[in-house]
Order: sequence, then C-alpha cells, then structure tokens
Amino acid sequence: MTRIENVVCSFCGCLCDDIIIEVEDNCITAAKKACANGRSRFLNVHTQAAQPTVDGKEVDWPQAIDAAARILTDAAFPLIYGLSSTASEAQRKVIALADLLGATIDSTSSVCHGPTTIGIQSQGEPTCTLGEIKHRADLVIFWGCNPTEAHPRHYARYSVLARGKLTPQGRKDRTVVLVDVRPTASSKKADIFLQVRPGCDFDVLNALRALLKGRDLDVDEVGGVSVAQLQDLVGRMKDCRFGVIFFGMGVTQTGGKHLNVTELLALVAELNAHTRFTTMPMRGHGNVAGADSTLTWQTGYPFAVNFARGYPQYNPGEFTAVDMLARGEADAALAIASDPVAHFPRQAAQRLSQIPTIVLDPEMSLTAQVARVVLPTAIYGISAAGTAYRMDNVPLPLKRVVDSPQPTDEQVLDWMIERVKTCSA
Amino acid sequence: MSEFTLITGRTAKQGVALHKGKDSDEYRQATGFVMMSRADREHLGIEEGQSVRVRTAFGETELTLREGELPPGIIFVPMGPTANLLIAAETQGTGMPDSKGLEAKVEL
Repeated sequence: MTRIENVVCSFCGCLCDDIIIEVEDNCITAAKKACANGRSRFLNVHTQAAQPTVDGKEVDWPQAIDAAARILTDAAFPLIYGLSSTASEAQRKVIALADLLGATIDSTSSVCHGPTTIGIQSQGEPTCTLGEIKHRADLVIFWGCNPTEAHPRHYARYSVLARGKLTPQGRKDRTVVLVDVRPTASSKKADIFLQVRPGCDFDVLNALRALLKGRDLDVDEVGGVSVAQLQDLVGRMKDCRFGVIFFGMGVTQTGGKHLNVTELLALVAELNAHTRFTTMPMRGHGNVAGADSTLTWQTGYPFAVNFARGYPQYNPGEFTAVDMLARGEADAALAIASDPVAHFPRQAAQRLSQIPTIVLDPEMSLTAQVARVVLPTAIYGISAAGTAYRMDNVPLPLKRVVDSPQPTDEQVLDWMIERVKTCSA
Repeated sequence: MSEFTLITGRTAKQGVALHKGKDSDEYRQATGFVMMSRADREHLGIEEGQSVRVRTAFGETELTLREGELPPGIIFVPMGPTANLLIAAETQGTGMPDSKGLEAKVEL
C-alpha cells in the first residue's frame, strides 16, 4: 500500500490540499480528510483503458483526432466550452486551439460566476486570500450560498472553524451571518440568518448601503428583512476588525444577476471607509478560477471570447455558450472537462445533439452520450499532474496518485492543434 | 394547480452521486425530485413520494415530491438534467440562464 500525503482535491474551488490518499495495485482505497464529494471523486476512479470513439465506434487515436480536427475546421462558427475541471496547462492549449480555429471559447464561469466577473469589471473587487480570512476575519457573511452542501470543508479550513493567528479560538472569535431565500444546512450553523424574499437581493444590498451612509429608510422592511435587522448588520459590519462576504449562485442566478454583484461589491468597497472588508465568490468547479485566470492572461478577457476576426473579442450574451447554442448559431462544439448537456437549459442542451460535438473528458458524461467524437483522457489531480487555481486565485499543484493508460487533455490538444494546422494548410 | 417560485441549486447528494455516473440510479434520485414546505404540501393535499407535474414558461416535467424546510411559496429542484427542463435559456445578455426565481406551477 502506498500512502501519499498533501494531495490536492480538485473537485471544488476549495482545493483542499491536505488529503491523504492510499493506493493499492493502482487503485485508490482511501481518501482521508476528504469531504463526501471529494471521497466520491477519488474512490470512483476507473483506471482501465478506454478507446476514443467516432459515431459510437471505437477507433485509434489518430483517427479520432482526425475526425475531431475535420469537424472543427469545417465549421463556420465553432464553440469550445468548459475548461473548469481541467488543469491550466490544458486550458492554455485549448485557448491556442480556439485562436487557431477562429472559434469562440467560453468556460463554465458563464453559468456560475460570469455575472460576478461582469460586476467586478464595473466595480472592482476588494478581496484577499483565504489565508487572510482564516487568520483575521471576525465577521463572516455568506450570501446566497450553501457551503455545508457545496463546499463542505470551507468552514473548517478557511472561514468559520479555522483557528488563525488573530482568531485563536476559531468559531468563538467569529460572528457568522447567512443570507438566503430559504433555511439551509448552512444557515443552521450561523449566528444570524436573514431570510430574503426571492429576487430581492439587490433591494437588501441597496438598503444596507443607504444605512451605511446614515440615511433613514421610510419603510419597516426591505425584501423580507426588517430594517432593525439591517441596522444591526450594518453596525456589526462597521464595528468588526476584518469582515468578508462570500457569495454564490443565489446572487448571480437570480434576476438582476451582475447588478446584484455590482451592488454587493459597492457595499464592500464602501465598508472599507470604516474597517477592513473583503469579498470572494464561492467558486464551484475545481479549476474554474484557473479558467478565468488563464483566459485573461492569454486573451485579456475571462470568458465569452471570440477569435473570428483574428484577435480576441469579448461579449457576454453574444459569445456565451448558452446563448450561442440556444440561438442555433454554433455549428460544431468541443466540450472539454464539462458536461453542458447535464447543466444547460433544454434548448441549449438539445443543440449539442443536433450539431457535431466533440467531448474531451475522463467521464462518459451525458454530453459524451450525444457526441460524435469522444476522447477519453486522464483525470487531473488523480491520474495526471497539473496546476489549478483555488477560489482565491492561489495556484496549487495537482498530483498524479495513480497511473492511467489515457493521454492527458494537454497531450490530446497538442495532437489536435497539429492536425488542425495540417487541415487548414 | 398552485403557483410557486422555483429555485434550483446544488445539494450534497447531487455532488456525491455525479461521480457514480449520471446514468446511475443514485444520480437520478438525487436530481429527480421537487421539494416544498409541509404547509404547501398539505394545502395541495398530496403526499411525499407522489409524482407531481412542475411547469414553467420554459418547460415541464414529472418529479417526485419531497417535503423540506422551505418558506411557503418556494419549491426547490436540484441542479441537473431534470431542472434543465424547467429553466430559461434567455440570459439577458449575461450568458447566465435564469436558474432561480422562476414562476412555476405544480399540479398532480
């Protein structure tokens, strides 16, 4: 039995880097310290060989790469989508492929924290690392997120229970506030729970900004929350030593979307006139923050990038995957490290079965089941090494803990780039 | 038929089950239900485990009913292929579909 310590779990944006993996005969037998999500990810790994397929028939790798390259070069408006569960080394390659093809490239950010990025572009982002929060934060607010279910070790490692230099008693040194439209497993662990009416996040954030500026509100409640509760929260925000608002899909997926985020960021920025206050989106996929970072340093833009004119253009709504598919514009697609058929609205998901779709993924996903070409690869953080960015944009090295007969995404993308160059020539 | 606000989202079971395969019974069960408050369930006169039809302006589907701690008037469906049948592809120029806060109807 081999024991490998300090393994990074790449399932979610927490990127917990203290996992202990035990391996016997190239099989993972234990994933100690991992949460239920992480354990399920490590323990359900298959390391047996899988052949690529074209139209459901097994083929060799050169045939599969040739089919994929022809689909992409024959298309007038190809879409490359996903990126968030692969390593940044592969993200860099797939951006190069999009550039070569004149394709559109979009990440899963567009259906999670894309509105956050739009908000940050207009307002700025007062932020910090999770390490600073662990050591300093005495007021921790979670808005529109449910970390107990989506990021199970966030409380223990970074935000609520963690003992830091200035928070030696962990939970006792912090006030925890949860804002959501419904009680959740997370709200039960908070000191204060504010239940907002669905669709009223902007109103409540706007009221908090007004109260922070000393304005009087001529109403008793805003968005289901009493003004007395809001005044109490503003007092706590001003009086804390170091505050943070973590926020999730409850803010980005409701009406208003990026406007909600902009309001939240404005509140946090204004709180810095009183004390140190920061904010951070709760990122879902293990390397979705890396997709934003890699796309930005390669193209200048974080998602929804189009290369049709030979240089990168950015336009959410025009070059985002759901829009391009639902409007029937994309005439070929490459899904890498994502499963859009499982997570897109029906109209957009259906389009993927109507056009030639290529899937580059370790899993036989729902998208792979409708794809013309399936390219099964090794799993970053389990059977391939690479780099991923934590939700606070700190890059961490992913280890290979078992061997895989499959090539990595990076290798397959190298082959595709070479073949596309030949096709284009 | 009654009108609700639909929200979709992650659950711990959905996160664990997706590694078992999206064709697995575990994943189908983790994503194939609608949750509502006891008050709403009793008002509609339906039992847990019964099949109900959930309808939005964008689609409809049959789901198994579960009771949960929700404010009256709100129903919850875990993110996944079933929720996709109910959410809008319209993104208002953001790329983000309306996945929370949709008007929905529930009927037997």
